[in-house]
Amino acid sequence: MTEPDPNPLEYAPALESATVAALRERYRPFIGGEFTDGSGAVFSSVNPATGETLAEITGSAESDVDRAVNAAEDAFRGHWGSISGTDRAKYLFRIARLLQERSRELGVLETLDTGKPVRQATEFDLPNAAAWFLHYAGWADKLDHAGFGPSPAPLGVTGQVVPSNFPLLLLAQRVAPALACGSTVVVKPSERTPLTALVFGEICEQAGLPSGTVNVLPGDSESGASLLAHRGVRHAVFTGSTEVGERVRRDLAGRGKRVTSELGGDGVNIVFADAAPEEAVRSVVEGAFFNQGRVRCAGSRLLVEESVAEEFVARLRDRMAELRVGDPMDRNTDVGALGSSAEVERLSELVERGVAEGATRWTVPATPPRHGDFMAPTLLTGVQQSMSVARREVFGPVLSVLTFRTAREAVTKADNTPYGLAAGVWSEKGSRALWTARELRTGVVWANTFHRFDPTAPFGGRGESGNGRVGGAAGLEAYLDV
Amino acid sequence: MSDDEARLSTRKRVTVPKTYKLYVGGSFARSESGRVVAVADADGAFRANAAKASRKDVRDAVAAARKAFDGWSGASAHNRGQVLFRVAEMLEGTRDRFTAEVAATEGLSATEAANAVDTAVDRMFWYAGWTDKLGVLRGGVDQVAGPYTVHSTPEPVGVVGVVAPRQSSLLGLVSVLAPVLVAGNCAVVLVDTELAVPAVSLCEALATSDVPGGVANVLTGDPAELVSRLASHSDVDALDPSGADESLRGELEETAAGSVKRVLDTPLVEPDWSTAPGTKRLRALTELKTVWHPIGE
Repeated sequence: MTEPDPNPLEYAPALESATVAALRERYRPFIGGEFTDGSGAVFSSVNPATGETLAEITGSAESDVDRAVNAAEDAFRGHWGSISGTDRAKYLFRIARLLQERSRELGVLETLDTGKPVRQATEFDLPNAAAWFLHYAGWADKLDHAGFGPSPAPLGVTGQVVPSNFPLLLLAQRVAPALACGSTVVVKPSERTPLTALVFGEICEQAGLPSGTVNVLPGDSESGASLLAHRGVRHAVFTGSTEVGERVRRDLAGRGKRVTSELGGDGVNIVFADAAPEEAVRSVVEGAFFNQGRVRCAGSRLLVEESVAEEFVARLRDRMAELRVGDPMDRNTDVGALGSSAEVERLSELVERGVAEGATRWTVPATPPRHGDFMAPTLLTGVQQSMSVARREVFGPVLSVLTFRTAREAVTKADNTPYGLAAGVWSEKGSRALWTARELRTGVVWANTFHRFDPTAPFGGRGESGNGRVGGAAGLEAYLDV
Repeated sequence: MSDDEARLSTRKRVTVPKTYKLYVGGSFARSESGRVVAVADADGAFRANAAKASRKDVRDAVAAARKAFDGWSGASAHNRGQVLFRVAEMLEGTRDRFTAEVAATEGLSATEAANAVDTAVDRMFWYAGWTDKLGVLRGGVDQVAGPYTVHSTPEPVGVVGVVAPRQSSLLGLVSVLAPVLVAGNCAVVLVDTELAVPAVSLCEALATSDVPGGVANVLTGDPAELVSRLASHSDVDALDPSGADESLRGELEETAAGSVKRVLDTPLVEPDWSTAPGTKRLRALTELKTVWHPIGE
């Protein structure tokens, strides 16, 4: 008889090849249909999983912002503003196809730049980005039927600041409806993750999009601020933290611009005693740790009915222990790297404060690579509503467990934050799930599911989670003068 | 006829004056500050002393609105529609009184004032019919690529602070207040004291139309003095600056940024309130909620 294998389920690494990403040494701003050197400082993009420099990027100075906005204004007044909706639709369709064709390259590039697992980048981020363009391609020549009256007019030049957690997907969610409506776009990706946005510029070129219709400006938060404040920008779209979002709105006050802000969240899963345990456990874990928890609608809080809390948390630990933390380029990896070492530090402090305030910590026994910005998924039990970890946006792989006794108490606790983005409800009793969904003060409720996204379904928040909706006909409204 | 007899026959009747108060939480009350402002008709004649609301009155009104919100937003759309239709009925029944007040306040001819009042009554009637159609206007079934049933429905944004128009007393006020109430929101409206007379009469119509106390709160006073309190109040979810002076707009937007308050996109120069409003306000005063549920055997 042979000895049993001590680790029968050990996976062999399934590494994706970095060469697929076709990395270049240098990336440049995309302005007026051309890649040109920016006048801003040169900065580098770093792989947060290894600390290695990926490429150098020439940043954008005030003069580049000016050039890009002028190019977008020219395109709006010229070709893009005057072609038919059907022609716009075809350009969006071309972009969707190009995204699909280059999906693997962009997925791997996204992984290198963000540290997210490559399986997620190629199976979630990229297909969704393409789906968004396909959906809005269909709207471009049907705006008369979108519910805003006949011939709704585009606003003009849209300035967009996009964050680092889903660089290409969030760009697609905002650029696709803008183009469908006939607006032109200047987009500034995050300084930490600009690469896929710059390749997107190349895709616009390959699609034959009229020059200046889409411009991409890599740069820091200052470039972003000067873009949104530029007098040629009629509509400023900011996606990021509530703190910065409030500052952006203050800066733009009284300038006669439309401002759309898609800000933070403090998502929650409410699990009633009668919930289907397997699905609930799986989705609570997925909801908290998908994309390393760096999702504004992450279910970073769990509200579980007191009578089943102990058993549920035990199952939760078992499930979490199966998460594979490590090399994002390994297709087996579930949890990759965070965006930066500063993020790891911020989250460690948040967890420590939670423990100091009385919570109990349990961390997945994983040994992530030593050189990258990793943090193993962490569970905090015994969390009270007053603790900062339950009131702030976590934006990382930390899950807090709270309990409740009645449905009303669950709703009150779930809503006990200034945010109002998303929540999950788990109950096999339909009327209770729907009642809870109705009572929650959030823009999205997933009943007996979590983290579902689709270009046909509006997504966005209330209160301090911002005022925008992406998806569906509702996602057109921000870009129309209606 | 003696001189005395002549004087008697031409003397006007001595009228009983009305006290113009604030409308907060369903009750008419003086400002806690005790302040009043003399209101003149358009021809300069003294009309009344209107209450001049204070910042404390604003806070009380916001508290009253918040308290009323659960009940009003939780009422069925049909029920809210019935209440708002009732307001239109009450306005219809007192058209002559409103016409006289609007004529005196705005300096309009009797015909112009009657037109404005008729449009105001019709506007309230038009909005009343929207309560149970918002889901059609905004929202519906989302055809996602997967085994889920997904629907999006509009919900009220919450407590809405409103600066009432200055160019149109009754019609302007109805045009900004009605869309707030349709969606199940509660309102705190600031009205310039110069326009107090028709505004207080409208409140009397609201008070006798089954509009629950606190759903609509109307404060007469100096909006420029009070509106920053509405903009900064964390329990006010949205701000409609329709009647706010251009010089105030930047500051309001800046203050409202602090709690990520919605600020309605209203023109700096007031529109012609008699033109058909469209659905913009109804959209701006609702938040879409999207609910997913899986489908399976």
